[in-house]
Amino acid sequence: MMEIDGNALGGDLSEIFAADMTGAVFTCAGCRHTGAVATLRVWEPAPGLVGRCPSCTDVILRLVRTPSRVFLSLTGATRLEIPLES
Amino acid sequence: MKNRISWRVATVSSARWETASARTLVLDVPDWPGHLPGQHIDVRLTAEDGYSAQRSYSIASAWPGSLEITVQRLADGEVSPYLTDEVQPGDQIELRGPVGGWFVWRSSSPAPVLLIAGGSGVVPLMSMIRARGDARGRQPFRLIYSVRTPEDAAYADELRRRVRDDPGLDVHFVYTRKAPEGAGTPKRIDVAAINSHGWPPDFQPDCYVCGPTGFVETAADILVALGHDPKRIRTERFGGA
Ligand SMILES: Cc1cc2nc3c(=O)[nH]c(=O)nc-3n(C[C@H](O)[C@H](O)[C@H](O)COP(=O)(O)OP(=O)(O)OC[C@H]3O[C@@H](n4cnc5c(N)ncnc54)[C@H](O)[C@@H]3O)c2cc1C
Ligand SMILES: [Zn+2]
Repeated sequence: MMEIDGNALGGDLSEIFAADMTGAVFTCAGCRHTGAVATLRVWEPAPGLVGRCPSCTDVILRLVRTPSRVFLSLTGATRLEIPLES
Repeated sequence: MKNRISWRVATVSSARWETASARTLVLDVPDWPGHLPGQHIDVRLTAEDGYSAQRSYSIASAWPGSLEITVQRLADGEVSPYLTDEVQPGDQIELRGPVGGWFVWRSSSPAPVLLIAGGSGVVPLMSMIRARGDARGRQPFRLIYSVRTPEDAAYADELRRRVRDDPGLDVHFVYTRKAPEGAGTPKRIDVAAINSHGWPPDFQPDCYVCGPTGFVETAADILVALGHDPKRIRTERFGGA
């Protein structure tokens, strides 16, 4: 497996949300660390991308892509703060 | 940038080699909304049997202007050898973007900027340098660019020209395998290189670090150890070593 980061999730997340999500701030349910989604530690290969907290390595989100769907689970985050484009 | 994005078809309008193994593709996308320096696109290749592979490539060009990516060939790779060696002007590829709003430089920011690139990690940083140059930006910019040998440096001529013509831009190369005459012995990026060729932490520069994961980790750790505010350090990991 190869480690990348949450910047690489931007494309799949923009197909779901109408805002850029790499700059969204997550709060880790485990250790309360907060940081931009871009800073998550992500492992390839797709279709299953797992984003872990850079502070405690708990799983924050999982993203699975099929040709017609994206499955997103956000079990490790208590909160996502999404900046709105002004 | 504001709306949901989806896949679209782009035509390769031209291509050029930057080094023996890195090739720039100029892409023509009808109604391209523009992009910010640091953003990337996702490229999707689909085989006749329906199998498809998706990879991210940083945008190398500034906007307004063309949409360009620079791809480094990995000998055992699935997608990159196709983009460097097979694709020809006139061919079509699927792409999605622009993607990303965090690892971006905004020309409205007055802060000094420190760019640290490992290998193909220079691509999004080049977009920042080009955007600053095109806008005649005054923010002091420094690029520390780690390459194996002088022949592996992408955009070498343009960087030389911009150092001459864009006031306030400095470039320092770190050679890891073979250094040119007078550049000392090859070594990996270290505290001394970042300390002498970066900005002091009290200048409060915005730092952008991009490259292979191990490189990014090393450089970011050094920046923090030197006293840079972690909030001003933005990183993007391309994977690999
Ligand atoms: C946000 C983002 C932006 C990127 N921008 C660029 C860019 O501007 N230019 C560019 O050339 N690449 C860029 N990449 C890397 C690119 O997405 C691919 O990973 C790369 O082209 C390899 O794909 P491949 O299919 O040829 O190799 P794969 O078939 O995916 O991998 C082949 C082998 O190479 C290793 N490997 C994979 N990626 C790398 C790497 N980057 N460096 C070293 N070894 C690796 C793998 O572990 C594997 O052993 C970016 C990645 C991300 C996440
Ligand atoms: Zn955590």
